[in-house]
Amino acid sequence: MSFEKFLFYLFAVLLLGAAVMVITRRNPVHSVLFLVLAFFNAAGLWMLAEAEFLAIALVLVYVGAVMVLFLFVVMMLDINVAELRAGFVRSAPVALVVAVIMAAELVVVLGPARFGLDSYAAPDRHPADYNNTAELGLALFTQHIYAFEIAAVILLVGIVAAISLTLRRRPETKYLDPASQVGVKAKDRLKIVKMDPEENA
Amino acid sequence: MQYDLISLQPVMPEIFMLGAACLVLVVDLFLTQRTRMWTYGLTLATLLGAIALTAWAAGPERQVLFDGSYVRDPVSDVLKIALLTITVFVMVYARDYLLQRGIYRGEFYTLALFASLGMMIMASAGNFLTVYLGLELLALSMYALVAFDRDSVKGSEAAMKYFVLGALASGLLLYGMSMLYGATGTLNLAAMSEVIAAGKAEETVLVFGLVFVVIGIAFKFGAVPFHMWVPDVYDGAPTAVTLFLGSAPKIAAFALAIRLLADGAGGLSAHWSDMLIILAVASLAIGNIVAIAQTNVKRMLAYSTISHVGFIFLGFVAADGRGYGAALFYTVVYALTAAGGFGLLTILSRKGVDAETLDDLKGLNDRSPWLAGMMLLILFSMAGVPPTVGFFAKLFVLDAVVQVDMVWLAIVAVFFSIIGAYYYLRAIKMMYFDKPIDDHPIVASVDSRVAMSVNGLAVLLLGIFPTALLQACRTAFGG
Amino acid sequence: MDGLISFWEALPELVRIMLKIVAIMLPLMITVAYYTYLERKVIGHMQVRMGPNRVGLFGFRLLGLGQPIADAVKLMFKEIVIPSGANKLLFLIAPMITIAPALAAWAVFPFDAELVLADINAGLLYILALTSLGVYGVIIAGWASNSKYALLGAMRSAAQIVAYEIAMGFALVGVLVAAGSLNLREIVMAQEGSLLHWYWLPLLPLFLIYFISGVAETNRAPFDVAEGESEIVAGFHVEYSGMTFAVFFLAEYANMILISALSALMFLGGWLSPFQGTPLESWFAWVPGILWLLLKTFIFMFLFLWFRATFPRYRYDQIMRLGWKVFIPITIVWIVVVGLMKVNQAPWWFN
Repeated sequence: MSFEKFLFYLFAVLLLGAAVMVITRRNPVHSVLFLVLAFFNAAGLWMLAEAEFLAIALVLVYVGAVMVLFLFVVMMLDINVAELRAGFVRSAPVALVVAVIMAAELVVVLGPARFGLDSYAAPDRHPADYNNTAELGLALFTQHIYAFEIAAVILLVGIVAAISLTLRRRPETKYLDPASQVGVKAKDRLKIVKMDPEENA
Repeated sequence: MQYDLISLQPVMPEIFMLGAACLVLVVDLFLTQRTRMWTYGLTLATLLGAIALTAWAAGPERQVLFDGSYVRDPVSDVLKIALLTITVFVMVYARDYLLQRGIYRGEFYTLALFASLGMMIMASAGNFLTVYLGLELLALSMYALVAFDRDSVKGSEAAMKYFVLGALASGLLLYGMSMLYGATGTLNLAAMSEVIAAGKAEETVLVFGLVFVVIGIAFKFGAVPFHMWVPDVYDGAPTAVTLFLGSAPKIAAFALAIRLLADGAGGLSAHWSDMLIILAVASLAIGNIVAIAQTNVKRMLAYSTISHVGFIFLGFVAADGRGYGAALFYTVVYALTAAGGFGLLTILSRKGVDAETLDDLKGLNDRSPWLAGMMLLILFSMAGVPPTVGFFAKLFVLDAVVQVDMVWLAIVAVFFSIIGAYYYLRAIKMMYFDKPIDDHPIVASVDSRVAMSVNGLAVLLLGIFPTALLQACRTAFGG
Repeated sequence: MDGLISFWEALPELVRIMLKIVAIMLPLMITVAYYTYLERKVIGHMQVRMGPNRVGLFGFRLLGLGQPIADAVKLMFKEIVIPSGANKLLFLIAPMITIAPALAAWAVFPFDAELVLADINAGLLYILALTSLGVYGVIIAGWASNSKYALLGAMRSAAQIVAYEIAMGFALVGVLVAAGSLNLREIVMAQEGSLLHWYWLPLLPLFLIYFISGVAETNRAPFDVAEGESEIVAGFHVEYSGMTFAVFFLAEYANMILISALSALMFLGGWLSPFQGTPLESWFAWVPGILWLLLKTFIFMFLFLWFRATFPRYRYDQIMRLGWKVFIPITIVWIVVVGLMKVNQAPWWFN
């Protein structure tokens, strides 16, 4: 077994193991952390497939940003796992049957008989100076420019939607405006009245 | 590929739409609640401008841009003009409702414009990526719109349901697409259809992927048994949003189906038409029968939608130009009718009161004979009563089905339509023969009254002169 | 000498890599130790006092140079207290998660045109990805401690780091647009020419934003609300003691050094001589490049300390406003500017 093969199976086993842990852990924070582990291993697999940009982007975007916020939310929420699991035993048999059928179908349809090396030759290894990032950039900005632009619009809509659903202006909140505070002159606030001194009676 | 204005001519409607939507977004920032009418005006101008540009770029030939990502053909022209026109109606109807609810915010228009953009992208999608991204653009805008009245618990719940099920459907669709991609080795729909025609792809994998794609499409259409979200979302969303959700996106769903099934997997029609038969018959049955039991108009119209989706699928079952043309005709007509039906509900709603139950329709004739007349036409069209256009829509679909020797299917469809006619006629009876429960005067702005009249009369006139629209739909598919 | 080289060649690949790692780590750890000493000295002098000056070496005072070693020994022998109800495994893993990325990032760092452990072509992305992981240590520490102060500190830190990560990433996008490469060595080579060719000038806003975001990323003053001793005691590491605390401490300083070194690399021309392109160039030709790099890095390291001594702590909402509403828009605008300069081959940086 070559070193690469070893790495592949290592990452694959860890990925699947982590994925199983994600759905079986009682503690949601543990689940999220296992999901992070799963992402790492997926990134490792992509790295083996010479997609280093995607691998690093997966770590950077999903692990570094998305999952942090996810963890943030999960830690803040008080999730009652027992309640969520109440229906688990009842629906487990049905779910199991469906899962087994799906898995069997997947194996039959997507197994090596149809997607093996005979039908799809392994791609050639690229030389060491091959720059996956540059290639990806070229493909994105030429062939897939239209899809790229639409994806950008989708992100814009995401921002608009999130803001429109959550931003509340609260006219009743009182707060200081430092600029106007600083801008006040003494004569705006203080009135000096000239008075004759009172005489002692 | 070099990009200049001339080579970008076919994609101008989308470019204009995107630019204008961003403009509306920015302009709205600087408006106060009093001057917000500008947002409304700009939105209408944008939609009309996009219609004009689509008509300007239209033509009988097929143009392909961006390495096959974008296709402009007669089908996309018809779809875009239809969906934009219906969105114009929606925007006009929605304004009063939003004003009365205090949710007249600029984001409604921005999101609606982005949703329309998503629909346009779907209408002229040339590969899996654009189909999917257009669909997501539409869906994301729609999720936000359903939750637009954010203080309404019902609305938030509906949005959540819609979001979760929509995401599931997208997942299934993507999974199916990945199978088709794996089997054919291309994302491009035209290239995929060539690979399938040449018999170079593994058929088992293709069919396996196709199942997921069809499920995804059925989810988006709301066909039985993937219809669970439809009544809840229609009911929970603000009526102005239900109005949008129930009309124009049906045309987008048609685009999704036509691009994926006819353009891409046309060679597999023997497989998918069987699947569609099951979906169609189930939708016709469940939709029409359950609608009878509804007392809530929005839910009733939701189930009516499901039954109409059955009819649209029947057109696909024929899997030829005639069938697609009939299905397109049916979709456009249905979207127009649904816009009118929900539009009337927004007109009947007033501050604090949503017209939701059938009782709210009672005695409409006494309150406003003209609106009642329009609603009569719309309900007749939904039921398929001549001479309204709904009759012809059903007729053309049935004709296409009979042409491919599936008479039994036509009989089933007619049978369930007759059952369906009951609840439309019941609503009409309530409008004309019952005493009004609610005797508040109906307040509606001039523009929504005009739109309502145009909408109702269009349903009648298209029924009397169906040839022009039918011709456009048929020639789009070379029939 | 020849014998040494042939001995080196004879070593197995793995051992050679290990030795190289040690060659980077050892000086780094010493720097970290004396950075803490420097911090106390610098801040002490800024506040007109002496700073540590008692602990000496071998019986000599030596300005208190023995202080860091004494501190390290003290921390190593202290008991590690694990709070009751804490998640023990995560509690102990958290400091390691914090320090691992801070050290691993140095793998792709070029100290010289040739001197680099792994010369990969996506080096910048690698560093960006690794530095984004440090936040996990903070969050996990805060959560696993089973303490409200710690959790509050972790929450503050998570939100802050994610916000500034974006500004930082965008600043780096500007650098990679300018250099046309993600490889750190090539980024430095692209700045060749003179002091005015370095990217601090064409990318001035990005340079400032990168460094300020770097300060925020490392949770240093004036962005140290995650620790905020006057508000939430010591934030996420309030429950840590002994060596576990020391590891957090090491990670913080290692991160500061990393940010300083990266700023030097990306905006101040790395190992390039500041006299390049001037008549003085040949006079200073004998100075090895790595010395320039260290000198530049030291400037930024000093800035960290200077900030801490002079700025009051930001209020939390102000931090968020600065990150999201000021820095991110500026970086986006400047990326467009850089793109335009690059396309039009603006003299004299991009032609």
